Amino acid sequence: MIIIGEKISVIAKKVREAMNARDPKPIQELANTQWKAGAHFIDVNTGPAEEKGEELMTWMVQSIQAVVHAPLCLDTTNASALEAGLKAHNNQWGRPLINSTSNDPERFGMLELAAKYNAQIVALTVGKGGLPADAEERCGIAAEIMARAAEFGVPLEDIFLDPLILQVCTTQDQAMHSIKAIKMFQELNDPPMKTVVGLSNISNGVPKQMRGLIDRVYLTLLMYEGLTAAIMNPLDKELMDTLKTTDVFLGKTLYAHSYLEM
Amino acid sequence: MSYVVPKESCSGKVLNVDFGKGDKALNIGGENCLPFLSFEGEILNRPVIAYEIQDIPPVDWPDTVQNAYKDVSGDPVTWAKYCQNELKAKAIALRLVSTHPDRDNRSAEDAAKTIKDVLTAIEVPLIILGSNHIEKDATVLVAAAEAASGYNCIIGKAQEGNYKTIVAAALAHNHKLIAMSELDINLAKQLNILITQMGFDKEKLITDPMCSALGYGLEYTYSVMERIRLAGLMQNDATMQPPILGDVGMYVWKVKETVASESDVPEWGTLAERGIAWEAMTATGMIIAGTNLLIMRHPKAIETVEKTIAELT
Repeated sequence: MIIIGEKISVIAKKVREAMNARDPKPIQELANTQWKAGAHFIDVNTGPAEEKGEELMTWMVQSIQAVVHAPLCLDTTNASALEAGLKAHNNQWGRPLINSTSNDPERFGMLELAAKYNAQIVALTVGKGGLPADAEERCGIAAEIMARAAEFGVPLEDIFLDPLILQVCTTQDQAMHSIKAIKMFQELNDPPMKTVVGLSNISNGVPKQMRGLIDRVYLTLLMYEGLTAAIMNPLDKELMDTLKTTDVFLGKTLYAHSYLEM
Repeated sequence: MSYVVPKESCSGKVLNVDFGKGDKALNIGGENCLPFLSFEGEILNRPVIAYEIQDIPPVDWPDTVQNAYKDVSGDPVTWAKYCQNELKAKAIALRLVSTHPDRDNRSAEDAAKTIKDVLTAIEVPLIILGSNHIEKDATVLVAAAEAASGYNCIIGKAQEGNYKTIVAAALAHNHKLIAMSELDINLAKQLNILITQMGFDKEKLITDPMCSALGYGLEYTYSVMERIRLAGLMQNDATMQPPILGDVGMYVWKVKETVASESDVPEWGTLAERGIAWEAMTATGMIIAGTNLLIMRHPKAIETVEKTIAELT
């Protein structure tokens, strides 16, 4: 399982303040602890970042990669900020991941950037027509994005299809549609398409003390269907332990009494 | 269209471990593909075969292999020099059999002296093995590690019941270490984890998943070795990336095919050839499974396996 550390997000007050003050310390610390906890990518979510977006993203990428030798997942809707981030990214630690394109023509520019900078890209299976109704509709959108990616010269193995996880407390039936989509996505190509989810969306809106449990159980089901990557919190030990245990059951890790410590 | 050989690439790599010193030092491991599949990756080093000797005459070895050393086996220094100079051994494995409480129960100090004498007499790398008595090895191997300080030896075997003191000694005197578990891949992984959690560098470890002779569970050993390799290479499991040891001789030369007389089983052919073939076959199976270091006894069997390695490389 590829773990994309989600903690560096403009939504978090501490991160937002550090961004505004251009204070690298708190951001570097968050990046480093996630990396040490097992994250393979660090997500850098600067949101729309309309003002000084390019300068902000460049600063973020450089600050983080000064302390963390891992690739980053660049998460912004601002295409020029994204391009600045891709330019600043140190590919010595791995290729960057763009978050994200979709079937919305406004997001096709992201595919262009992925091709130009040899980056991997998350493709959210939504289009202009609103939220997908079920797994089949998600697959239809995925197929369209895949065709679009081919036009832009993005290889299919560089795409992570994202079925879009919706909150269980208001759209309960969607939980299984997304899981089914993970399974179906892989059948869209040989070798199978890669998949990714933003895990914590599932427990959005539920009481805080229940979020962990819901995330853990949902992750297990997704992994069983072959999920490749998750944007999640690697500092959540119970979540990480669940992931490692699921990997043992799936035969992806060799069991040893101390497997949780590895 | 011409046929293209399908290739599998691995995300992991077997660790490259060196032992010995000077220009006779050796390296094992370092490959990022399955054994001998050099078209799929890079194989840095060939498997190495060490000649097994012991600190007392091998009276319990079958005649076939005892005879090969009859003029030299009375003394470990003479024996070691013979292997190095006459048989061109690249490495020697000295088993401190005499320290076993059921044998001569010799002291750790005696063992340390033997180690020093042998190390002074030879230039090729030395593997130092205890008598496989859990409690006794914990003191013998500590003294041996100290006596061999500066020689970059491989010492072993550290097992679940005694690893702490042996690991500490290997750490203090900068040796490589064999970690042995009893034919169980999960226990092998666990022991490697416990040893590295003591601060021992995984790049100095050698895994011994325990050996068994052809006809006596070789297929089980083979399968464990192969799965260790696959976990290290395909799953990039860092705890399963140390080189693998096959301690072949001591398991082969006690099975009935290597000792049963020609009068008892005439249909099995010449005893001498049979024993040598048995050791060579067992060892060959293991290098195919992924063994990087073999400990063997009969010079003819070693010669045969060396030839096979050369042909497969």
